Amino acid sequence: MKMVNLKIDNVNVSVPAGTSILDAAKEAGIKIPTLCYHPDMPFTASCRLCLVQIKGKRKLQPSCATPVKENMEVITNNPMIREARKTALELLLANHPMECPVCIKNNKCELQRLAQELNITDITFEKCSDMLPIDDQNPAIVREPNKCVKCGRCVEVCHEVQTVGAINTAYRSGEYNVCTAFQKPLAESECVFCGQCVNVCPVGAIYEKDDTQKVWDALNDPDKFVIVQTAPAIRASLGEEFGMDPGSLVTGQMVTALRNLGFDRVFDTDFTADLTIIEEGNELLERLENNGVLPMITSCSPGWINFIEKFYPELLQHLSSCKSPQQMFGALAKTYYAQKENISPEKMFVVSVMPCTAKKYEAARPEMNSSGYRDVDVVLTTRELGRMLKEAGINLAILEPGKFDEPLGISTGAGAIFGTSGGVMEAALRTVYEVVTGKELENIDFTDVRGLEGIKEAEVDIDGTKIKIAVANSLKNARELLEMVKSGKGDYKFIEVMCCPGGCIGGGGQPYGTNNETKQKRMQAIYKEDKNMKIRKSHKNPAVCELYEDFLGKPLGYKSHKLLHTYYTPKK
Amino acid sequence: MMEKIRAQEVYGIINKHNKSKEQILSILLEIQEASGRNYVPEECAQIVAQELGLSLSKVYDVLTFYAMFSLKPRGKYILEICKSAPCHVNGSKNVRDMFEKELGISIGETTEDNMFTLQYSSCFGACDIAPAVKIGGKVYGNLNEQKVKEIVDLYRKEGQ
Amino acid sequence: MAKTVKLLSENFGKIRPDSLEDYLNAGGFEALKKAFTMKPLDIIEEVKKSKLMGRGGAGYPTGSKWEQLYRIEKFPKYIVCNADEGEPGTFKDKLILNYDPMKLIEGMIIAGYVFNSNHGYIYIRGEYPDSQNIMQTAADVLEKTGYLGENILGSDFSFHLHVRTGAGAYVCGENSTLLNSLEGKAGRPRKKPPHLAEVGLFELPTLVNNVESLANIPYIVLNGGDKYASFGTEASGGTKLVCLSGNVVNRGVYEVRFGTTLREIIYELGGGVPNGRKLKLVQIGGSSGPCFDETLLDTPLCYDATWKNGITVGSGALLVVDDSNCVVDFVKCITEFFVHESCGKCTLCREGNKQLLKIINKFTEGTASEKDFDAIRRISDAMTNGAFCGLGETASRALTTCLEYFKDEFEEHINGKCRAGVCSFEKGGE
Repeated sequence: MKMVNLKIDNVNVSVPAGTSILDAAKEAGIKIPTLCYHPDMPFTASCRLCLVQIKGKRKLQPSCATPVKENMEVITNNPMIREARKTALELLLANHPMECPVCIKNNKCELQRLAQELNITDITFEKCSDMLPIDDQNPAIVREPNKCVKCGRCVEVCHEVQTVGAINTAYRSGEYNVCTAFQKPLAESECVFCGQCVNVCPVGAIYEKDDTQKVWDALNDPDKFVIVQTAPAIRASLGEEFGMDPGSLVTGQMVTALRNLGFDRVFDTDFTADLTIIEEGNELLERLENNGVLPMITSCSPGWINFIEKFYPELLQHLSSCKSPQQMFGALAKTYYAQKENISPEKMFVVSVMPCTAKKYEAARPEMNSSGYRDVDVVLTTRELGRMLKEAGINLAILEPGKFDEPLGISTGAGAIFGTSGGVMEAALRTVYEVVTGKELENIDFTDVRGLEGIKEAEVDIDGTKIKIAVANSLKNARELLEMVKSGKGDYKFIEVMCCPGGCIGGGGQPYGTNNETKQKRMQAIYKEDKNMKIRKSHKNPAVCELYEDFLGKPLGYKSHKLLHTYYTPKK
Repeated sequence: MMEKIRAQEVYGIINKHNKSKEQILSILLEIQEASGRNYVPEECAQIVAQELGLSLSKVYDVLTFYAMFSLKPRGKYILEICKSAPCHVNGSKNVRDMFEKELGISIGETTEDNMFTLQYSSCFGACDIAPAVKIGGKVYGNLNEQKVKEIVDLYRKEGQ
Repeated sequence: MAKTVKLLSENFGKIRPDSLEDYLNAGGFEALKKAFTMKPLDIIEEVKKSKLMGRGGAGYPTGSKWEQLYRIEKFPKYIVCNADEGEPGTFKDKLILNYDPMKLIEGMIIAGYVFNSNHGYIYIRGEYPDSQNIMQTAADVLEKTGYLGENILGSDFSFHLHVRTGAGAYVCGENSTLLNSLEGKAGRPRKKPPHLAEVGLFELPTLVNNVESLANIPYIVLNGGDKYASFGTEASGGTKLVCLSGNVVNRGVYEVRFGTTLREIIYELGGGVPNGRKLKLVQIGGSSGPCFDETLLDTPLCYDATWKNGITVGSGALLVVDDSNCVVDFVKCITEFFVHESCGKCTLCREGNKQLLKIINKFTEGTASEKDFDAIRRISDAMTNGAFCGLGETASRALTTCLEYFKDEFEEHINGKCRAGVCSFEKGGE
């Protein structure tokens, strides 16, 4: 690798060619303030907070967007630079509503933190915040454009990472803003509610719809039997809300915390993840045997479902008809479990904690009431659960680990890895192989489908029959695979798609600060969870087996179809 | 709603420019002109987005960024008064007042008969005959009360 | 007595813009024929010798720009002509477009030949629909007669010209922004580096030159760079189209040699200030240019001499403002322009211009205080030093230079006095 030598604040630094001044300064122990910059995204250089001086250049340059050059001399701190940065920040603050104590982003806001770091104690410019309407006309995401700092990160993810393009910059000068086409509510736009925009917003301009009060109310209602299910990916991230390192696995503490909050039962979505594998695996086998539509594509990611309904309705038959684990859980809780425990489903209140904003939208779909009631009453994101626990004074980090309630809390390693890209595929392969061959799978780690890479392919030998499979995470990559399917290329039999980059560990409801580095660590935690499990194959889950014996009958049977499968609607 | 312009016409304009993304400004300007009311209806923007393979939000960005586009119906004739410095020092404010008086509307408004919209413009290079007004492709300069009257009369007649 | 020259403007009004015959009779395409006999590097050498500086406003040596693009070994390359003449008070490119379009095209073909580029784009602002039609007609005529298109004049060089429109955005005059607009995007600037010579139109190497720069190329090729340079000064070669506007008797475009003083241009060519008024200030280079008073009028028009006096040649616009105008009201007009034209992308320009206008309004309303001078300084310094593109960098120049020359008038406004009687000091007036 070619190294470049330069001087930053008179310190000699040697970094690989192509490094930005910002990153080179980091090497030299110098922290340059940034706002629009995000480590996983191309720069926009629009905020003007990372300005530095380069010898020989008349104007200050944005360090995030300027690559190092041999013998460059950079100054990062002098009166002119400090003055320019502070002025830029004060100008932003003059345009900001400054509702910090009552803002959802309080204490997690990058703008707020910068104001502290740049020692801003007074705004000398006239206050002039925008007066744009708040959009909360959908179940998942709230946009509060007056708080927007125009960093452009949300636009970048929406267009480039997800290829959805629901929001964009528009207008110019003081009216310059991020909005949907013709300022429609998100619900009437192309938005798939993936929440990636929420993850990258440095301020409180776009966030999940807060449903915590609904949960408090249910917990407080003596007539309600309140059940909670926890998604596979949240145990690998919830700790971050309490200052723990990314990748801390907090399954046991999470269970205790939820129990302490007052939930009547603490169950696990991992259980229905295992169930999904049985249903979906059998659906795949049926399609393979009966010349069904192939490739079959997974259906557990609700942002992905919204995407294909809106952008590729002609390919809907490729989707597995299986509901997502969240919705399978809700349907079973209010039927199977209600009967088993003799609780009126009317009184049952199902809360799920998800790494996801699109799950809020999914739960609110009119078809998701096969129990006769709304199957999942409230969906909380990881962040909302963090807020509830803090409100209750529960410090997750110091709790004694607890155990999930039975039977809907019993799960396997296969269910656990649903939380990361490639997990559903790997879990399915573990089961499909054994079901088809009747033999025990020796090496159950399908490492080819693991990792953050956008599209992963593999060929699996099932007793002599080779089937080609593919795994995509992020909608841009999903789109790429769909185009291949459309044009008849690829010859895949089974495709896993996760809407969010990295899968659910990178979901739109995950703790702030999610980036490739934290995703990598969460992913490791998920595979650790898998390794820790006694049972690592879905079809070996005893609770799932019992469910079929006592209630469902057989996979793809009548009850399964009624409760565990769904249909899709073109929405172009 | 699409009052005057038909979808057929919109497709025609788009095809004329080979459905080329890079020609979106020409396409939208021509649609605006064909609309009869000097604006780009939302339905037309949707057709443009679909035909050029762009997200609607990208078309909206273009429509709201460039000053020549309008999303709301305007008059048949747009009277654009230059308010840049060369016209300003030659009394463009007085010219605005004269047009406002003559048309009975304020700057930014459209006459009730939908004939005229009065608005400001940045410099259109008529500084040698400032103060000036631009109506479509035509520029009128060295304006005074008499000329303003004549211009309005001329277009009133033409617009009948 | 100052004189105008007819080097670039020779054909203005004498030939029909759509007539190839007229253009040929006026010596048209002789330069192109000569160019075809020359090596590209020799043409670049002549352009360097001509001391032609970019006529759009930045004044970057055209020869150096050409040399940089020539060295880049990535193809295809594009030739783009910036005809987004949006700088208020500038209306010279319009004359070239309207009166001698074929000369501009000839300049573009020569550039195409130098860089072995087969496609040229001319981006004409949306406010000039007539000029767009004239250019398109001229291009069509030349396409039919073999001066444009495949195998020009029987050579193996092909060049296609595409006439494109803007849609009302001053910032598109900035070259990287113009390319975004040409690609069909909103006109917001790109971060440089990478330079447009490396990553330009459609991410390919691109030459972006102003209309006047390119229209000078045929003369330079035909007569040699030295000959062209001899019309100007040591630092600035050739002639310049200057645009006189404002409170001056003979407003219009004049072609002058570099070295002609501003006083000569304003008083001898322009006939001075009408109605017995006194000259108060001059703004040079359009709304982004600096303002000054009569003390600098003996500055010669020259990139060096103006720079030494803290001013600039810019686009060649000279706006004369007489003493019936209020200087605060004048900078208010300028600042309103920049508030309207800021693309909004970068914090300093978007929010800075907005705040500057608020402060200026306090002066015109009589509610300003001494503290407001500090705020102006802070914002304008930050914008000048740190804005994303040239628009934000220069937007406060009129204000800061007016404060340099006319601070007393601003101070009078703090005390509720407007010597020109323009500001009424009624809050919310205007």
